[in-house]
Amino acid sequence: MKLKLHVWRQKSPKAQGKMTSYDVKQASPDMSFLEMLDVLNEDLAQKGEDPIAFDHDCREGICGSCSMVINGQPHGPEQGTTACQLHMRKFKDGDDIFIEPWRAKAFPVLKDLIVDRGAFDRIIQAGGFVSVNTGGAQDANCIPIPKHNADLAMDAAACIGCGACVAACKNSSAMLFVSAKVSHLALLPQGQPEKTRRVLNMVNQMDKEGFGNCTNQYECEAACPKEISANFIAKMNREYLGASFFSQEE
Amino acid sequence: MSWFKRTLNSSIGGKLIVAVTGLGLVGFIIAHLSGNLLIFVGREALAEYAEGLRKFPAILWALRIGLVGMAVAHIGFTIKLNLANKAARPVGYAKKTYRRATLASRTMVLSGLTLLAYIVYHLLHFTWRTTDAEIAALGPYEVYDMLIIGFSSPAISAFYIIATVLLGMHLSHGISSVFQTLGINNPKYNKLFRCLGPALGTVLALGFITIPVAVMTGFVTR
Ligand code: HEM
Ligand code: FES
Repeated sequence: MKLKLHVWRQKSPKAQGKMTSYDVKQASPDMSFLEMLDVLNEDLAQKGEDPIAFDHDCREGICGSCSMVINGQPHGPEQGTTACQLHMRKFKDGDDIFIEPWRAKAFPVLKDLIVDRGAFDRIIQAGGFVSVNTGGAQDANCIPIPKHNADLAMDAAACIGCGACVAACKNSSAMLFVSAKVSHLALLPQGQPEKTRRVLNMVNQMDKEGFGNCTNQYECEAACPKEISANFIAKMNREYLGASFFSQEE
Repeated sequence: MSWFKRTLNSSIGGKLIVAVTGLGLVGFIIAHLSGNLLIFVGREALAEYAEGLRKFPAILWALRIGLVGMAVAHIGFTIKLNLANKAARPVGYAKKTYRRATLASRTMVLSGLTLLAYIVYHLLHFTWRTTDAEIAALGPYEVYDMLIIGFSSPAISAFYIIATVLLGMHLSHGISSVFQTLGINNPKYNKLFRCLGPALGTVLALGFITIPVAVMTGFVTR
């Protein structure tokens, strides 16, 4: 199949970027989206041009590296699928395809389609963990966890931190990501001791990084390759307001 | 009070204020519509209602100050949050496809600002009575005649109806949002919450629209 790509090219963080068009002459419907880009890049390299820089690692939908907005949708048009797991059969011969980086002040572009998602790491450092102090580990079965909570915690923990929620949100809000991380620990007994401080610190860090404020449009939920539910945002709001007004935390 | 300031300055705290004040304004809208619909009971009922409102000036003024306070906080915090949202995406997309955002949710600022303009006009028109000599000449409780004079003008009725439709849209997203913002969330009720906004928004808008329509069609006359 033949395609016309319109790709964001930007040499460095400070450089002015622009959309540049490329013809892909021979793409197979069986290729993944990233393989299609690999083919184009080989072409570019052979012509002595700078290949398109994009993030990728696992190529099996679990690492969350392959951040690109395809035709206005993070990770492209297929529901619950990362860009690396998207196949060219989802497109038609002759299609125009727009490829852009995540757009958010908190995710500065490093080069072409690669953005710096360090903001997510700093949010996790602010509280997205359980401090396990040393001592003999007790038997796992000593801590009863309702099946329902375990399932919900697992649903939240499916978040791969790719940032598609931020890219999809018109406000570049990170609330789906943060709520998934807050919820999966708040739902489990091990997360209880640090529950209030965790949500306060993580939301505080999220605001400090310059992410926007949710306006309840749920574009994040629609874009999430792991289909994390926006119900977790409501849970985070409840946790945060509870921690602010009803805990002793300053 | 550091925790209090921190909460108000946070994203979720700001949204809390917008939601709570929005809910308060919805309460006012419901009460206001209930009063207005007395036009269908008759001239006396509406006059009695207008008189009754003024019997307890202390309560009336407390409500008025509360309303203005809520409106100022609602608008102030939405402006603050919206500016932050704009700043959070300095470079936009060349192509953007929406999947789930409703028209109402995408036009909240437009519907809100039109409402604000409408509210100012509405107060000048019916509360301070500065826009129409005929209305200015009426007694304070001649509300029935005031509505008929006011809505005999197609232009005024049209503006009123447009503002009311936008109010319906604002509330169709707003009311459902309140539950999410306040974290009132349970799979047993979530469908109900998501439907409540559009349902209440539609009912309230239709309720308000009946009044100019009734005047224009001659269903209520002097
Ligand atoms: C009749 C008066 C009004 C009522 C009853 C009302 C009601 C509401 C409600 C219930 C919400 C939902 C809050 C939430 O997110 O949980 C809301 C949000 C909002 N309102 Fe209003 N509002 C009114 C006037 C205005 C005005 C005059 C503006 C103008 C700036 C405005 C702008 C907004 C905006 C921007 C939002 C946030 C929308 C979002 O989260 O997507 N509103 N309003
Ligand atoms: S490359 Fe790992 S999720 Fe796509």
